Amino acid sequence: MTAPVRIALLGCGAEYSGVMPEIYEAARQVEAEVFYPDVTLADVRSAGKGFGLDVHSADLKLMIARAEALVAGRAEADAVFIATCFRCAEAAIVRNELRRYIHEQSRLPVVSYSFTERTTSGTLLTRMEALVTIARRRALLARERQEGLTMGLDSGSATTKAVIMKDNEVIGTGWRPTTQVQQSADEVIALALEESGIRRSEIEAVGVTGYGRFLLGNAIGADLIQEELTVNSKGAVYLADRQHGFATVIDIGGMDNKAITVQDGIPGVFTMGGICAGASGRFLEMTAKRLGIDITELGPLAMKGMGKNVPMNSYCIVFGTQSLVNALAAGNTPEDVAAAACHSVAEQVYEQQLQEVDIREPVIMVGGTSLISGLVYAMGELLQTEIVVPRYSQYIGAVGSALLASGFVRKE
Amino acid sequence: MAKVFIYPGTSLILSDLVSRFGHRPLGSALAVRERVQTPGLDSPPLQITPEDPKKGLRYAAVEVPSGVRGRMSLYGPQIEEADAGIIVRDADLAFGCMGCARTNELVRFLLRRREIPLLELDYPHSDEEGIRFVAAIKEFLSGLPGGVPA
Repeated sequence: MTAPVRIALLGCGAEYSGVMPEIYEAARQVEAEVFYPDVTLADVRSAGKGFGLDVHSADLKLMIARAEALVAGRAEADAVFIATCFRCAEAAIVRNELRRYIHEQSRLPVVSYSFTERTTSGTLLTRMEALVTIARRRALLARERQEGLTMGLDSGSATTKAVIMKDNEVIGTGWRPTTQVQQSADEVIALALEESGIRRSEIEAVGVTGYGRFLLGNAIGADLIQEELTVNSKGAVYLADRQHGFATVIDIGGMDNKAITVQDGIPGVFTMGGICAGASGRFLEMTAKRLGIDITELGPLAMKGMGKNVPMNSYCIVFGTQSLVNALAAGNTPEDVAAAACHSVAEQVYEQQLQEVDIREPVIMVGGTSLISGLVYAMGELLQTEIVVPRYSQYIGAVGSALLASGFVRKE
Repeated sequence: MAKVFIYPGTSLILSDLVSRFGHRPLGSALAVRERVQTPGLDSPPLQITPEDPKKGLRYAAVEVPSGVRGRMSLYGPQIEEADAGIIVRDADLAFGCMGCARTNELVRFLLRRREIPLLELDYPHSDEEGIRFVAAIKEFLSGLPGGVPA
């Protein structure tokens, strides 16, 4: 039996918020165990002196002491989970700085999360799974070439994608809106098989990612069932041919967003979330619908407009929709409204998530929304950099799965 | 015998002093003990469930972090129940600690607002200050109804 991955918990307020069982449950589901690194009272008293951050809350001093113990090797762990209360400013500063400190001073994968009493193990599962993958499967993530004949499936919240790869080339793709998980997968598999001209029985290994990964992966007997944080970052640097050195991967999805700092193809710091659908692809879908155009037309339309002409704030999708309706009622052009919507989504992702990772160039945008040129442009403007959108970026999860699945191809 | 809320709530020394002088200390030990000894829950280590931060809404609004509200679900009812209180300012961590600076501010405020007999004193840093510290607490507790005479 494999020893569980040991995840050090650096937390403030979790015990008093009633979310500890959820944290333990998420860890249990990925065969990990959560523990508190041992420190002495002297460590807590001196916490922050070397680190340089004075805090008033004793539990935050304890967090700093534990982080210092991990970095100094006085406490051993495979990964680090930093959790503090949502809406606590003091904790937010400590959370961000500790995540950066651990990332820079150690090789421990680290993820942070701000919880409320409503946080569930389901919310935490993907993050825990990514931590475990990085800690346990570094060899798998080191793969740089796809080999054999493999299929990758991405069962996302908005769309389902399939990719078939052979000898490091994509030879077939399939894409459908997600309705029923299994049915949508069957459809995209059929499309990809048809395009590639091969039979299902010829596929040597299958990898599955996305929200429906467990249902789908178990149903089709996948060789690899993997969360989308590691799969997408791996797929992004593979497709963008940036497998060595640093990169930042941004995936604005249909339900949530991911921002991942990658080093040599392995995620270092990542965030996943989105306070509201106003900061996701859903808002752009809604904008396209309101403008009476197909989502594929939104990007080019936005590129013709001036977003600055229209006030729009999609922090919340309800307020964002109000802005949208008001902007159109005020006689603004569809081009300007489309540009403003793209800018607003990019701004929300920038403010809510990109502050939590260290942006390293190149910045690679992936996922279906990376095909919306207006959104890519807006993100580039905010980050003051040229965004890389690789070919097949909309199939990123499927490509990453097919790439990683080739580690399961049996060589003759 | 008076019910005396102690701050910091986890201070065993304060708790012991209050008991020695004939009163009932209200603090973390009592509040947490009630939870961990209640059968039927499985929410280690403190048996606080997501329902507790909701109970804390009585003392702090929903925009206040859940950790503060969860703590207030322990301390809030005790502050309401208290006949008197003792606040030790800037205590050493080893003396007692409630973890969260925002909770500390709220607890001290709610105690002051109750207008019950309240002793506020600084944490001692020398033997002489320590003697004066204990003497002041003894005098305060002896003066409460049912207290052991000084």
